[in-house]
Amino acid sequence: MKKSLFYSPIDYARNKYLKYITIIFLITLYLPILNLIIFSFNDSKRNILWRGFTTKYYNKVFENDVLFSAFLNSLTIATISTIISTILGLTTAITLWKFNFYLKKYYDIALLFPIIIPEICMGISMLVFFNFIHWPNFEIWPLTLSNIIIAHVSFTFPFIAIIIRSRLTILNNDTLEAGLDLGANNIQIIRLIILPFVKPAITASFLLAFTLSLDDFVITFFTSGPNSITLPVKIYSMVRFGITPEINAVSTLLILILIFCTFFLIRYLSKNNKEV
Amino acid sequence: MSDKKFCIELKNLTKRFENTLAVDDVSFNVEENEFFTILGPSGCGKSTILRLIAGLEVQDQGEIIINGIDCSKMPANERPVNMVFQSYALFPHLNIKDNIEFGLKIKKIDEIEIKKRVDEILDLIKMRSYINKYPSELSGGQRQRVALARAIVNKPKIVLLDEPLSALDANLRIDMQRELVNIQRNLEMTFMLVTHDQDEALSISSKIAIMENGKVIEANTATNMYEYPSKKFSAEFLGRINIIDGYISNNDNQKIFKSEIFGDINLQNDIDIPQDAVLGIRPEKIIIERSSKNLENRIKTKGTVIDWTYYGDMSYITIELNNKKKIYIHVQNIHRNTLQELKIGKTLRASFDINDLIILEK
Repeated sequence: MKKSLFYSPIDYARNKYLKYITIIFLITLYLPILNLIIFSFNDSKRNILWRGFTTKYYNKVFENDVLFSAFLNSLTIATISTIISTILGLTTAITLWKFNFYLKKYYDIALLFPIIIPEICMGISMLVFFNFIHWPNFEIWPLTLSNIIIAHVSFTFPFIAIIIRSRLTILNNDTLEAGLDLGANNIQIIRLIILPFVKPAITASFLLAFTLSLDDFVITFFTSGPNSITLPVKIYSMVRFGITPEINAVSTLLILILIFCTFFLIRYLSKNNKEV
Repeated sequence: MSDKKFCIELKNLTKRFENTLAVDDVSFNVEENEFFTILGPSGCGKSTILRLIAGLEVQDQGEIIINGIDCSKMPANERPVNMVFQSYALFPHLNIKDNIEFGLKIKKIDEIEIKKRVDEILDLIKMRSYINKYPSELSGGQRQRVALARAIVNKPKIVLLDEPLSALDANLRIDMQRELVNIQRNLEMTFMLVTHDQDEALSISSKIAIMENGKVIEANTATNMYEYPSKKFSAEFLGRINIIDGYISNNDNQKIFKSEIFGDINLQNDIDIPQDAVLGIRPEKIIIERSSKNLENRIKTKGTVIDWTYYGDMSYITIELNNKKKIYIHVQNIHRNTLQELKIGKTLRASFDINDLIILEK
């Protein structure tokens, strides 16, 4: 039989070389993570040889006050900064979608800057900025985290604005006019048409921003002080004294949280994909 | 006529978009329970009039009176009208039931009444089995029905329809036209439709207004608009017509139209004719003569067939007269064996009744 130059998707699945490549790809992608999780249960100080199963490093994580407070800091920063940037992102998206104003085109491009600027530059600029304006060193928690929260808002809100805006572009003006025609006032149009319509995008972007904030290292490293250590920064400082199963355990916990978020997101989105 | 109630009264309505005058000093009235159609080429301002009535645009000048109440400054969400959009504009995040209920819930109508009305509407549009579907799962015709249902479930006095059938294919469009007419008659609502489709306007409306460049040229009942138009533009826009150029001369109390094609045509003395008027004759009013006898009140002519378009039931032919002028004739294909006469190159005799002539103002 003459082989066709073009494969159909079914043909691709039958191609054995392609199967091998896919398997190798998946292994290289997930093996290190799997390795990390497995060795978090290793009953040994070092991560080289398997010496039996234990959960003592998880206990150690929870007993380690510094680690736990870093973890709590990370969660607090992620939660507060994501809430703020979701509100900012939503309003930015609606403004850019609904209104025309002077220099709008350039504002559109400026919105991309925090995404394309290298994180290291962003981190240093934040450091310089907070020094320049003499941002006070707060003593009371969670005000100690305020500068990190501001830095996180500034790099996560463009993601939220862009995701919500791309959803809004498929909501045409006629739909809003139909709402008006059916008796809804402006507040009801926002509450009953715009918000329910962008809800999947809000959820998706909220979780994306949350994970971005939770595992951010570079920007946080430059903005955190002695009283505001986050989990990724703490892990980094622990790694400098050698990798113990304790780090594996912390990382595993972090991965579990993120997997949980993603799972929730996918379930939510697949429930809503009937629309549009 | 004065005892009839007007549903919509437009007075000197004007709307300007930047440099274009979209609606230019338009005044007309729509009676209750009418199926009123605004017909015009695209960009003539017909949709803008509808949007002004709905309150989605604000007029620069003029008044809009709906059911005797001046609504000129009333916001769109308080006006007693509902609109069916060209794009349907269904809410993509709501299912069919929620889409239809939207207006009723906003107006805080009680649950039992909402359920009753939605049930009625679902039967009317025959879409009961689709209530849990989303707009994206429906076909164009079904979305059209839902959009209509969402408007009429509110029981507005006036339903505004902005080219509602333009996205449907030909057969579905004809079905929907009949359905629209039936719904309008059954519910006794005033329907105001905007279209650029002449056949649609003629077949569904009780009254037609023809627009050009932001002005209403003429408004009349559908039959009168076709049979007795008074403006050249409306005669040419609604259906086909042969325009007979010429001038009027008053000879010894006899008005004579000196035409280039048919020579002198005697007109009735008692009718008022503007000096720059032309005459027109609809192509289907001209019949092919097979005998050469003299007929009273008929204008006769002779020419060669230069074009023949066959439509099955009808033939549209163009004949060229001896003076090189062309006229269009629509012939019904009553007999199979007479089709031979219409072939290109054949010579035909044709005639029409003087009473079918239309006097048109330029």
